Amino acid sequence: MAFLEIKDVHKRFGYLEVLRGVDMSVNEHQVVCLIGPSGCGKSTLLRCINGLEPIQGGEIKLEGDRVSGPGVDVNRLRREVGIVFQSFNLFPHMSVIENVTLSPTKVLGFSKAEAREKAMALLSRIGLEAKANEYPDRLSGGQQQRVAIVRALAVEPKLMLLDEITSALDPELVSEVLNIVRDLAGQGMTMLLATHEMGFAREVASKVCFLYDGVVHEEGPPEKIFGNPEHERTRAFLKRIIEAGRL
Amino acid sequence: MSDIAAKERVGGALPTLPARTDGLSLAALLFAGFCVLCAWGATRTVASALDHLQIERGAGWSIVFFLVIAATAILFWPAARSWSFSSRARQALSTNNIVEARIDAAAAREWSYLTFGWGATSLVLLAFASFIMANNAGVGKTFFYLPLIAEKWDLVLRAFWNNIKIFVIAEILVLIWGLVVAIARLMPGPAGRPVRLLAIAYCDIFRGLPAILTLYLVGFGLPISGLPDLIVPPIVGLFVNFDGMTAAEIKQFTRIPLTWYCILALTLTYGAYVAEVYRAGIDSIHPSQWAASRSLGLSYLQTLRYVIVPQAVRRIMAPLLNDFIGLQKDTALVQVIGVVDGFNQARMIASNAFNLSAVTIIAIIFVLITIPQARFVDRLVERDQARMRAAS
Ligand SMILES: Nc1ncnc2c1ncn2[C@@H]1O[C@H](COP(=O)(O)OP(=O)(O)OP(=O)(O)O)[C@@H](O)[C@H]1O
Ligand SMILES: [Mg+2]
Repeated sequence: MAFLEIKDVHKRFGYLEVLRGVDMSVNEHQVVCLIGPSGCGKSTLLRCINGLEPIQGGEIKLEGDRVSGPGVDVNRLRREVGIVFQSFNLFPHMSVIENVTLSPTKVLGFSKAEAREKAMALLSRIGLEAKANEYPDRLSGGQQQRVAIVRALAVEPKLMLLDEITSALDPELVSEVLNIVRDLAGQGMTMLLATHEMGFAREVASKVCFLYDGVVHEEGPPEKIFGNPEHERTRAFLKRIIEAGRL
Repeated sequence: MSDIAAKERVGGALPTLPARTDGLSLAALLFAGFCVLCAWGATRTVASALDHLQIERGAGWSIVFFLVIAATAILFWPAARSWSFSSRARQALSTNNIVEARIDAAAAREWSYLTFGWGATSLVLLAFASFIMANNAGVGKTFFYLPLIAEKWDLVLRAFWNNIKIFVIAEILVLIWGLVVAIARLMPGPAGRPVRLLAIAYCDIFRGLPAILTLYLVGFGLPISGLPDLIVPPIVGLFVNFDGMTAAEIKQFTRIPLTWYCILALTLTYGAYVAEVYRAGIDSIHPSQWAASRSLGLSYLQTLRYVIVPQAVRRIMAPLLNDFIGLQKDTALVQVIGVVDGFNQARMIASNAFNLSAVTIIAIIFVLITIPQARFVDRLVERDQARMRAAS
C-alpha cells in the first residue's frame, strides 16, 4: 500500500476546474517530483493534500486513512504533513526561534525549553543557529526558506510537501536550499515536491509526475521522463524548459 | 569653452542652458525687505497695546524690538547669497561655461526659496502676534488673561482628571471590544453568517450615530429605563450583605456612577470605528500567512491569536491612534449628561469671569496630551515597519 494515495481528485475554483481526476501515489521514503507548466495546478494539488483547499471529488489517503472530505481532523492531518511554500512563509513578527517553536509549543504541547532545544538542534543542522534570535527581515531569501523547512520539520511530519521553494530565490541562493532537501532525501524523508528545477528533480526524484490539463499526463522514473518521454505534451514541455536553459 | 563643459560633452548629451534666476533673486531681496517692514509694523501694534495697558516699556522692550527687527533682517542674508549666485551664473554663461552656470543657478534658486520659506514663516508669526495684541490687546486679554489662568488652571486640571479616567478606561475597553466585533465580522463559512450580519449592523448603527446622541441615549435612557436597578443589585448582592438596608438604600448603594455610562457610550461608539480598523488590518495580512500557520497545525483561533492579529495590530497603530485621539476629544461631550469634565469646568469659569482664558487652558491641555502619543506611535511604527515589510 502506498504511503500517500491520490485517487481521481477533482478541484474546482468556481467554474474553473483545475484538477480533473488526478491519480498518483507516493511510497514511503520516496521523493516524488511534480512538474508541469505554470498554472497547471501543482500548488493546488499540494494544498489539497494538506487540507488547505477542499476537494470536490475523489479521495486522498495517508497511510490508508482517508484525509479528504468531511469529518477529517485537518489539524491532526497537518501534523503528519508539513508544507513549505514559494514565499511569504515565515511570520515576520517572530524571531527565527519563535517561528520554529510556535507549532511544537502551541500544537504539540512541548514545554518552551524542550521546543527550544529541539529547534536549536535543527537550526544547527542547517548552520543557522547563530540566527536564532534574528527576525526574518534580517535573513537572506535562502536562509528564510531554510528556516521555513526547519519549521515544518519541527512538527516531525511523516510527509513533506515542498511547493517550488526555490523559485522566488536569486540563483546563487538556490543551491543552499536544495542541499537541505537533498539531505532530507538521504535520510529517507518522504517528500512530494513541485519544482521547476529539472536538474534537481532528475537527481533526487524516485519518480517524476508530469501534470498537464488537470491530470497526471505521464509518470515514471526520472531517466524515462527526462530521457525518453512517451507523450508529445511531455516532450514539448521539456523542450521549452531546455530552451529556457533550466535543464 | 572650459574643460568641464568639454568633458561633459564627451560623456554624452550637452547640458542645456539653465533658466535665468535674476528675477527670482531680486524677488527674494524685495521679500526680505517687506518682511522687515512688517516686523516694524507688528512692533508698533504691540507697543501701542502696551501703552494702552499702561505697561511701562523699559529696556526690555528695546531689546525685544531690536531682536525682532534683527531676526527678520537675517532674511537678507540668504537673499543676498541668492543674488550673488545669480550674478556668478550670469558671468559663467557669458564665458559659455554651461555646467558652472547650471550649478550656480541651482544654488541661487535654493537660496531664494530659503528666503521665501523662512520669510513666510516669520510673517505668520508676526501676524499672530499682531492678532493677539490688536485692538489694544483685546484678543490677548480674552483668550490669554494670565491672572485668570494662574488662578484657575489647577481647578480645570482637576476636572480634566475626569476626562482622563473616562478615556483611559474607554480606550482599554475599545481595544478589546473592537477586536471582538472585528473577529465576529470575519467569522468564516455559512454558520458565521448571522454573527457577521449582527456585527455589520452594530458597526453601521454606532458609526452612524453622532457620539453626542449615543451619550445622551445611554446616559439618560438607561438609568430611566430602570434596567440597571434590575440587573446590578443581585450581582452586587453576591458580594455584599444587604441585610438591614431599605430598598431605597440598596438602590442608592448600587447606583452606577454617570461616568460609567459615559464610558459605555464612548466604548460603543468607538468600538465600531476600531472594529473597522482592526478588520482592515486583518484583511491586509497576506493569505499565505494564514496558510503557513494552518499548515503547521494551528487552529483558526490560534492562527488569529498568534499570527494574524499581532501583525495586524502593528499595521494599524497609526489609524488606531487617530481613533483614540478622537475618543479623547469626545470626552468633552460628556457634559450633556451632567458629568463635570475639564471643558464643563472651564465653561463655568468663563461665564463667571466673562473671559475665555479658562477655556484656553483646556484647549491647550487637549493638544498637549496628543503630542506625546503621536510621537510614541511614530516610534513604534518606525521600529516595526522594516520587519513587516520583509514578510516574505
Ligand atoms: N484561490 C484561487 N481561486 C481561483 N483560482 C485559483 C486559485 N488558486 C489557483 N487558482 C487557479 O488555479 C490554476 C492552478 O494554479 P496553481 O497555483 O495550482 O498552479 P501551479 O501549477 O502551481 O503554477 P505555478 O507553476 O505558476 O506555481 C491557475 O489557473 C490559477 O489561476
Ligand atoms: Mg505554484
